[in-house]
Amino acid sequence: MNRKMSDKERKLNIDAAFHVTGRTKYLDDLPEWQGTLFAKVFYAPKAHGEITKLDYTKAAQSDGVFRILSYKDIPGENQIGGIIPDEPLLAETELHFIGQPILLILADSELQAEKAKSLVEIEIKEKEVIVDPKEAFEKGELLHASRTFTLGDTNAAFEDCAHVFSGEVASGGQEHLYLETQGAYAFPQNRGSIVVHSSTQGPTAVQRTCARILGVSMNQVEVDVNRIGGGFGGKEDQASPWAAMVALAAFVTGRPVKYILSRHEDLQMTGKRHPYKSEYKIGFDEDLKIKAYEATFYQNGGAAADLSPAVMERTLFHATNSYSVPNVSVTAHGCKTNLPPNTAFRGFGGPQGMFVIESALHNAARKLGLPFHQLQERNLLIEGMEFSYGQIVAEAKAVDCWDQAKRQYDLSRWEREVETFNAKNKYQKKGLSLMPVCFGISFTNTPMNQARALVHVYSDGSVGVSTGAVEMGQGVNTKMVQVAAHAFGIDSQRIKLENTNTTRVANTSPSAASATADLNGKALQDACNQIKDRFTAFIKRALQLKAEDLVGFKEEQVFINNKKVDWPWEDLVNKAFLARENLSAKGHYATPKIHFDKSKEKGHPFAYHVYGTAITEVTVDCLRGIYHFDAVRLVHDFGSSMNPGVDLGQIEGGLVQGMGWMTLEDLVYNEKGELKSGTLATYKIPDANYAPDVIDVQFLETDGHDLAILKSKAVGEPPLMYGIGAYFALTNAVLAFNPNANLTYEAPMTTEKLLMALYS
Amino acid sequence: MIDFILNNQRIKTAAPPGTAVLDFVRKQRQLTGMKLVCKEGECGACTMLVGEWLNDRMIYKSMTSCIMPLVNAHGKHLLTIEGLSAGDLTPIQQAMIDTTGTQCGFCTPGFVVSMTGALLNSRHTNTENFLEAIDGNICRCTGYKSIERAIGKIVDDLREKQLDNDLLALINANYLPAYLADIPTRLKAIASEFPKANTDAKAIRLGGGTDLYVQRPNEMYEADINPVFSRPDMREIKIENGVCTFGAALTMGDLYHSPTFQKALPNSDYLFRLLSSTQIRNMATIGGNLVNASPIGDFTILLLGLNAAIELRKERDSRWIDLKDFYLDYKKMDLQEGEYLMNIRFQLPENPGHFYFDKISQRKYLDIAGVNSAMTLRLEEDKTIAEMHLSAGGVGPIPQYLTKTIESMLGQQLTETLLDKALQVLQSEISPISDARGSADYKRMALRQLVIAHFLKVDENIYPVEKLIGA
Repeated sequence: MNRKMSDKERKLNIDAAFHVTGRTKYLDDLPEWQGTLFAKVFYAPKAHGEITKLDYTKAAQSDGVFRILSYKDIPGENQIGGIIPDEPLLAETELHFIGQPILLILADSELQAEKAKSLVEIEIKEKEVIVDPKEAFEKGELLHASRTFTLGDTNAAFEDCAHVFSGEVASGGQEHLYLETQGAYAFPQNRGSIVVHSSTQGPTAVQRTCARILGVSMNQVEVDVNRIGGGFGGKEDQASPWAAMVALAAFVTGRPVKYILSRHEDLQMTGKRHPYKSEYKIGFDEDLKIKAYEATFYQNGGAAADLSPAVMERTLFHATNSYSVPNVSVTAHGCKTNLPPNTAFRGFGGPQGMFVIESALHNAARKLGLPFHQLQERNLLIEGMEFSYGQIVAEAKAVDCWDQAKRQYDLSRWEREVETFNAKNKYQKKGLSLMPVCFGISFTNTPMNQARALVHVYSDGSVGVSTGAVEMGQGVNTKMVQVAAHAFGIDSQRIKLENTNTTRVANTSPSAASATADLNGKALQDACNQIKDRFTAFIKRALQLKAEDLVGFKEEQVFINNKKVDWPWEDLVNKAFLARENLSAKGHYATPKIHFDKSKEKGHPFAYHVYGTAITEVTVDCLRGIYHFDAVRLVHDFGSSMNPGVDLGQIEGGLVQGMGWMTLEDLVYNEKGELKSGTLATYKIPDANYAPDVIDVQFLETDGHDLAILKSKAVGEPPLMYGIGAYFALTNAVLAFNPNANLTYEAPMTTEKLLMALYS
Repeated sequence: MIDFILNNQRIKTAAPPGTAVLDFVRKQRQLTGMKLVCKEGECGACTMLVGEWLNDRMIYKSMTSCIMPLVNAHGKHLLTIEGLSAGDLTPIQQAMIDTTGTQCGFCTPGFVVSMTGALLNSRHTNTENFLEAIDGNICRCTGYKSIERAIGKIVDDLREKQLDNDLLALINANYLPAYLADIPTRLKAIASEFPKANTDAKAIRLGGGTDLYVQRPNEMYEADINPVFSRPDMREIKIENGVCTFGAALTMGDLYHSPTFQKALPNSDYLFRLLSSTQIRNMATIGGNLVNASPIGDFTILLLGLNAAIELRKERDSRWIDLKDFYLDYKKMDLQEGEYLMNIRFQLPENPGHFYFDKISQRKYLDIAGVNSAMTLRLEEDKTIAEMHLSAGGVGPIPQYLTKTIESMLGQQLTETLLDKALQVLQSEISPISDARGSADYKRMALRQLVIAHFLKVDENIYPVEKLIGA
């Protein structure tokens, strides 16, 4: 079954030739319809308060302005909250964060709409602003119920521990910085329905939200996504408001309405990765095995729930990362603050949880006087252990990845080289760290683990494929083409991937949770298999074969009992068409075996886990407090990769993004809730020079997993967490310069924190 | 009328001169390959190549079209991704495909154009030049390694085919479209006169626009503009009697690649690389950098550290003042109404090794400094400090010439004790504030470290930095 891909298929990326010539069309590249109105949002200038005066008469009269919409113009429900209904599309009287949309200005041009914005008069009775999650918790400001996962008995276990350590950890937010900003373009249709082109990872979420705002049923809203210029989770739930706004405007005015956020608007108005503050307590026995781990996570959710409950849940799922911990008690609080509602971001709460236990281990190792990686290694996750959520560890690869990384990259020699370098250089110090990752694959909300696909075989032998997957750079379109080509045994050139569209594939789950290729690929296999079954029956009838004869499809030919018959694909299709066979099929897939009971916080939520280990080396200029990453070398559990080129790109990109989160990317809000890093001049993401000189990725050789598409494991999110190693490589370099340095375990490790730590 | 060639097409337009080139090309020419991402020149997704006939040859430079005023395109050749994709895939495009150097694809056209710029603009087409050419391009998907692998393939191919930056050979090897060969002739046919000076006193004097278009983009679109970018009488550079004098409309890129400037400040390559990105260096004028009066402007700090002087003109009047006297208070300069910056000059350091520039920023390239500093130092044989200039940015309302610190050291022997005292004086004459670039305490510490770093380059044993741990 698991045929390896041909070289040609490996190289295939169906979009690349269009990308490199600038011919790929994104939302803002669609030809503009005559009569299009351009929208701009007038948003809250203060983080918390009540509107006492709002006058937009002057703005409405300014040049080119067609109309200004407020919440009063919403025919349906003024509500966009997906999990919890706690967020209006347009603010009514209460304001909860700077950037909260209040009015939608519609004008003949963007510039005119922009100018009108400055003419809106608003007065606000300000209220107390909270930006810190712990402060919110202490004041009882919570977005939703707190949750606790427990395993064993930590209280009893701590009694028996030989060593117990506790501490505090903080991690910062992270701006998605998808290069294509959020946006949508809506067209009114006959009979009051609307077509919305949206830059979204979740077409169905957009459809549902638009229908709710318009007060119409879902079938009145068609959402089309060609592709998006990066998402990283930022367009899972937060693409919906802009789509709902243009849908509303098109509905009310009867004209096409377009809104592409400027970068500044996007940075101001959208949520980001959740900043966390956390406390932990960790206990070890005499052999330095972790006996008990407790942690409390204060998640900074921002002003509305958005996806925070789900993100928080994943923090708990991954609180013990890749370690065997027999007694666990971890609690998380979703804290309400006056920041834009924070949202999904690659890793989805997992990285925040992992950073805490890594910090706990680093601190313990330092106090115990042994190398960090020795303490990590002693506690790696092994087969048969139980996760705090009740799933039993199966097909564990933590030790395999760790051992292969140590062996393949000759860790002991590497460590000696670092020591020699540090002995020779006074003001340049190298640091080394290991980072193991164990990440669960599946939406933790079990019902979301389903997908559909639609396949048409056209009478000329070409194939059209529609799925619920959105292409955002992760290569899912390419993988879907591979799946269909593999199923039919035909050349991938025959296959076209259609736009993701809610009228062709309905009730989609968002392209998220690393599970897009698995879910949609399996649904696509189902559709292809239905057509193949019909072909098989047809061939058996036409050639009067026996029931037990085996019919196969490969190399664009029909094989009977493994012998080629002279029925090329095109002939087969044409004959079947003339025989009036059904050449279309709708496939469906629901991940088997998974379940989770929230009332007990126990179950088997993940189809499988993905493992890996990364080793990071950094050189710190201890004079200036700046640094450069020399190398990250890692071993990753791909299963049996169906497209090594695409998968390698996910590893490298995820790693560098995670390193950015841990070091460069400093999201700054002041105590008034104002974003102080709201430009690309002030918020820096990795560039080519920042990326490590060497990224070496080795594939852990395994047979793959049956629940992974073509046994090729999910690869989107796990590599981001290798980036956590960057933080500890830096800390270890600091300790080489100043063994008594005061370490605070507060990410990101900015140049400021680095210099301060070096001389502390 | 603004008159130029866009790819293979002559354009004459009455569009407002302040229109951003990106908006014009995307909305009025329907070429959507260049992407709008940041409108700050910070990401490179809108990169194009701008060709100019200068000193009997075509020079192409990459620029970010999102913050380039249309008027600055006059008389030039603009080459976008569409213009490079006229026929078969170029080897650069093919390499990006082969190495999966593209994921979501939004940044990709910008990378391809920047790399093509490396071919046309570099002295050598080696890996280092290609990496430099993409120092203003951001990608959020790939982690850059696949793009670097593409560069490796391109460099190998160039080497194998023995190609350098010869235009015809590159055309023959399919790196560039054939019509590029005729561009010089066609450009010469365009009235080459410089756009008329707008003498209205309220007109905005506009260089490369790299700051104005970030600070006031909407205003610039309709603004009255007096363009000085590429103005021939403001682009001269010479060395006479040990003094280097150059025009305010020269860009950082012009100086970087000027043999004369290389003579004036040898080994300054590393220093230019720390200033912004290739695209921005190709647009940002030195004059603009100085009159922007940013307290953290890298080139301003660099020139202060050389104790440069500037020439201010008003109609026929001209006066020279020291740059250190130019800045009065935050964004306030000794600049009369109608006066403008014409030339800059500095005395060449006696020994080129005696000039130091350093900066600390969150990211090494294309990032505004947290703190920056420059120093010129001349020692007598007995280590007596005979001449010293020291500047610092990010530690006060203006780009600062550190008069008191200099006075505390001048004429004395350079020792650890002297430096210790000077570091104290230094702290007394700076006044940093806490902002997005760091806390005031950090900036104080960072400047201390930079000043020590200057002196460690003079004498690596002058100061045991580790003694500052816990201090």
